[in-house]
Amino acid sequence: MKIVVLVKHVPDAQFDRHITGPNNTTDRDESILSELDEYALEAALQLAEERGGPKAGNEVIALSMGPSGAVNAVKKSLQIGAYSGVHLSDDALAGSDAAATSLALAAAIGHLSADGRPVDLVLTGMASTDGETSLVPAQLAERLSYPQVTFASSLEVTGGQVRARRDAGHFSETVEAGLPAVVSVTDQINEPRYPNFKGILAAKKKKITSLTLSDIGLDASQVGLAGSWTVVESADARPPRTAGTIITDEGDAGIKLVDFLAAQKLL
Amino acid sequence: MANALVFIDNPGAALKKSSLELLTIARSLGETAVAITGELTDDVAATLGAYGASTVYQPSLANLDEYLVGPKAAYLAAAVNASGATAVLLDNSPEGKEIAGRLGIKLSAGVITDVVGVEADGTAHKSVLAGSYTTTAKATTPVTVLSVKANNVEPVAAAESVAPTTATVEVPADAAANSARIAARTEKPVSGRPDLSEARIVVAGGRGVDGDFGPLEELADALGAAVGASRAATDAGWIGHDAQVGQTGVTVSPQLYISAGISGAIQQKAGMQTSKVIVAINKDAESPVFEIADYGIIGDLFKVLPQATAEIKKRKG
Repeated sequence: MKIVVLVKHVPDAQFDRHITGPNNTTDRDESILSELDEYALEAALQLAEERGGPKAGNEVIALSMGPSGAVNAVKKSLQIGAYSGVHLSDDALAGSDAAATSLALAAAIGHLSADGRPVDLVLTGMASTDGETSLVPAQLAERLSYPQVTFASSLEVTGGQVRARRDAGHFSETVEAGLPAVVSVTDQINEPRYPNFKGILAAKKKKITSLTLSDIGLDASQVGLAGSWTVVESADARPPRTAGTIITDEGDAGIKLVDFLAAQKLL
Repeated sequence: MANALVFIDNPGAALKKSSLELLTIARSLGETAVAITGELTDDVAATLGAYGASTVYQPSLANLDEYLVGPKAAYLAAAVNASGATAVLLDNSPEGKEIAGRLGIKLSAGVITDVVGVEADGTAHKSVLAGSYTTTAKATTPVTVLSVKANNVEPVAAAESVAPTTATVEVPADAAANSARIAARTEKPVSGRPDLSEARIVVAGGRGVDGDFGPLEELADALGAAVGASRAATDAGWIGHDAQVGQTGVTVSPQLYISAGISGAIQQKAGMQTSKVIVAINKDAESPVFEIADYGIIGDLFKVLPQATAEIKKRKG
């Protein structure tokens, strides 16, 4: 089975994150592999291992689109266990919205299928931890004319069919789709493995392919700000919250709390 | 020709508040049409008319619910073409966002999610990076697709009620091909409390509740609130994952958020820092949650919460 895992290099949520520049894009210094993508990678590795791993012809390819630093998300994925990596990078991609991103990723997946071994499964996290739109899996599936299974909390692949469990509001669903498919997974699906020393050494020998727009058959007008269908006109930092009244319980804090709620007209 | 099209998935016997909010926003954009799936009852049709919907579209296929979003997006694209609408409004649920995403590709239309406000020209306001920024965004395409968060406008009926006409939209025959099928669906037990994502008040617990959500549930019921939890509490299995507030769970923005026994790690903060008023109760005076709380109590939640619950019951008589 040939599995592509989409991995994104995102600003570390442990630090303050910023929107900068004339086009209101996210500052990508201090970036890491999006935590939610590790679950997708783990799911891919488990599916490949169940099928005999690389010796049996399985592939787990970590694909990242982004500026030069995004190669770090690919490297981290290789350390965790991805078999090979692809970094799609081109200055023209900067500022792509979900629609333009899905176009570029669909073209990259087409490129990866062009060796005569088509991609069977595209796995993603439930959302990126920066944009958080969760649009890309759905838009990528639409671009590729693949079924999409999103927010999977369990995943099985048998006989060319994906079977997943997902929680959708008031319902719990079992969902089936034929391959090839796009599947996004939640953080409930597994416990991602950590890179160990052996994995870090092995990663140095794994192949990272660099792709540019011309490799995937797109031109600059189709992606980036030029190819995006939405524009961010302004971005304002929210004033930071400041601490209010802090009291220490002296046996009557519950009553004082109700007094506070009443004063705020919240009862 | 409608200006705005509102998608309402299975309205059931009565429209939800969030649907009324979408209709209220749609009317500010111009003439409004509605696309529904499922049955259209007389009551729902009357409410749609009261909120100014001139046309109600229904799909030619009745079994769209057997599939994940693909065929619904195909139906909605056909309804946009039939109505001529230039703005499409959907709710901001995961499914709403996915339909919006696929619809955007089908129509070559810009999609904006997590919208908290819409101006008359379709410019949208949203909050990003876990509430640390507010942005203004706009589609540059002829059609704009917006998924709108609940609780940001008060539903208001139209000045004049209309009797909507109904029309059937042909769903393309190939819409279900290449779509994921729902093989089984079970309803989760209903708590009787409001939905976490839409609740006006949320009472949330973390590691400090030590397995016992009882005092939080009692306070929540006295306040008419939803119960939420930190990831530490859901990972420990003390409460279902559906209750998780934070970056990988539900993002909430209620009038009042009461945090009990949660230290306030950044991922938790990310899910609740746009709440209007934040109250924190924690034994540890050094907890980061106190940095953002409007009212903080350094104390034992097992003493403070029951006392507050009893006091609320007393005052409410």
